[in-house]
Amino acid sequence: MNFNDTNITDLHNQLVKGEVSATDLTKESFKQIKATDDDVQAFLTLNEEAALKRAAEIDKNGIAEDQLLAGIPLAVKDNIVTKGLRTTAASKILGNFTPVYDATVIEKMNQAGFINVGKTNMDEFAMGSSTENSGFKKTKNPWDLTRVPGGSSGGSAAAVAAGDVLAAFGTDTGGSIRQPASFNGIVGMKPTYGRVSRWGIIAFGSSFDQVGWLSNNVKDNAILMQAISGLDKHDMTSANQEVPNWAANLDKASVKGLKIAVPEEYTSDAIDDDVREVIQAALKHFESLGATVDTVSLPHTKYGVSAYYILASSEASSNLQRYDGIRYGFRADDVKNLDDVYVRTRTEGFGDEVKRRIMLGTFSLSAGFYDAYFNKAAKVRRLIADDFNKVFKDYDVILGATDASTAFKIGDKVTDPTKMYLNDALTIPVNMAGLPAMSLPAGFSKKDGMPVGLQIIGKPFDEQTVYDAGYVFEQTTDFHKKNAKLGGQN
Amino acid sequence: MAEKIDRQEVKHVADLAKLSFDDAALDKITPQLEEIIDLFTDLQKVDTDGVEPMYSPTTEHSVLREDKGVRSGQRDELLANAPETHDGLIKVPAIIDESEDGE
Repeated sequence: MNFNDTNITDLHNQLVKGEVSATDLTKESFKQIKATDDDVQAFLTLNEEAALKRAAEIDKNGIAEDQLLAGIPLAVKDNIVTKGLRTTAASKILGNFTPVYDATVIEKMNQAGFINVGKTNMDEFAMGSSTENSGFKKTKNPWDLTRVPGGSSGGSAAAVAAGDVLAAFGTDTGGSIRQPASFNGIVGMKPTYGRVSRWGIIAFGSSFDQVGWLSNNVKDNAILMQAISGLDKHDMTSANQEVPNWAANLDKASVKGLKIAVPEEYTSDAIDDDVREVIQAALKHFESLGATVDTVSLPHTKYGVSAYYILASSEASSNLQRYDGIRYGFRADDVKNLDDVYVRTRTEGFGDEVKRRIMLGTFSLSAGFYDAYFNKAAKVRRLIADDFNKVFKDYDVILGATDASTAFKIGDKVTDPTKMYLNDALTIPVNMAGLPAMSLPAGFSKKDGMPVGLQIIGKPFDEQTVYDAGYVFEQTTDFHKKNAKLGGQN
Repeated sequence: MAEKIDRQEVKHVADLAKLSFDDAALDKITPQLEEIIDLFTDLQKVDTDGVEPMYSPTTEHSVLREDKGVRSGQRDELLANAPETHDGLIKVPAIIDESEDGE
């Protein structure tokens, strides 16, 4: 069975009626993984034995009508800690690490009865835009195996696009959910900063990191997001905000009268023609449904990449100090003294991109450079957030491309870090300001036939309007119905 | 004002970050960092006079929990992740330098 053509509500109804069991669904998921993953390489660790055991337990207890997520097989990005199941963040430095606790989001999903089929590949410590920076393997794009799946949640996006699971956990620090969703023709949502607990997420840039979902469709995404959101005493940046039932009224959603702002910076010449064409058509579609579309400006967008790489790398250089070879993870052999343990372990354990970011961050924070780099970037961050605030005084949502291009070829950008960094120019500003944003299928490139993602950005804690607009677009277009030609069942 | 990063500076920053780069690695990373930091100098064009730095988008206030130890009862699981253990403790190399070229 290919999970591309189904959804949570349908599977749940079949489970409740006993037409299918959690064990059946779990077996189908592993069957699909085995049929596709030799090519796609989306998974780092499979959880087959424990998943089947859990499914049997759920079947034995029975699934009630209000247990919407019970018995649904899903995948987990490998920077989210799972008790007793190897968790590496795709880094050799954590190659043999087995967490002793579950992240809050895993605990919540366990209580809801989900089945964890395995951990997905990613850029090491979520640093990258192509999943080529994984310490273990390169994931391929199921639409075209010569292309990248995007990153850093590339394994999660590819697993969904390949039909292995209905949805997979992702994390988004500068676009790591939305860009791979765009490259794989699926839905990816990063909620407002603080909406979801970060406890048990392997830290990269703590003032940017946020957990979310990559899914086949908008409604599943809304259902899953509700299940993981809310205040958590373990994360003091998690927000004390009521969690709405975003999916409840989606079927009644309308975009009539919706005030849409389109930043000129998001449709500029820097965007590839084939992408811009798809986005223009999507905007026309919204207009035809009764929304108003105006061009606005987010003037500090062009400084986003620089400010982000200074701030996120600085936070990373601090967060990654903990990998010292003492208490857990890899330790270098034949070390002479304590300093040698630190230096050799880190030098041998981290990959090139992680070392580059640690170097950039340490440099930006070091004496003599702190004001010119770190503090300057934090001030620019304020200006970027203010740009959004001004636009949101007059508009409900901001729309634009998720990425300037479609999925690029494997090997095309990985040797040129600057080029790779500029790739995230349209997703980074959202993380700078902590806003909710979604990428969803908006069409296909006339140039290469690859999927193009439309980005919908909302006001803080207004995920509802983002989900509403996305759902209406999805239900009135056919783009989400076309799936990657892989797995032999399309 | 922003300054360029050179080979000497890269070595200094690596020391701070507890990383080391041999000559071949330095040849590779120095121009890469130079190019990225060059990109960063763009920020100097932005007028940020009187702008309050933004270190986090959170609007929550810090809440401190009671400072109380809790036993997790997971000593064995925790030790199982340690690279080397001895008698229920984490083993580390000698802190006193035993190398001949010690500092």
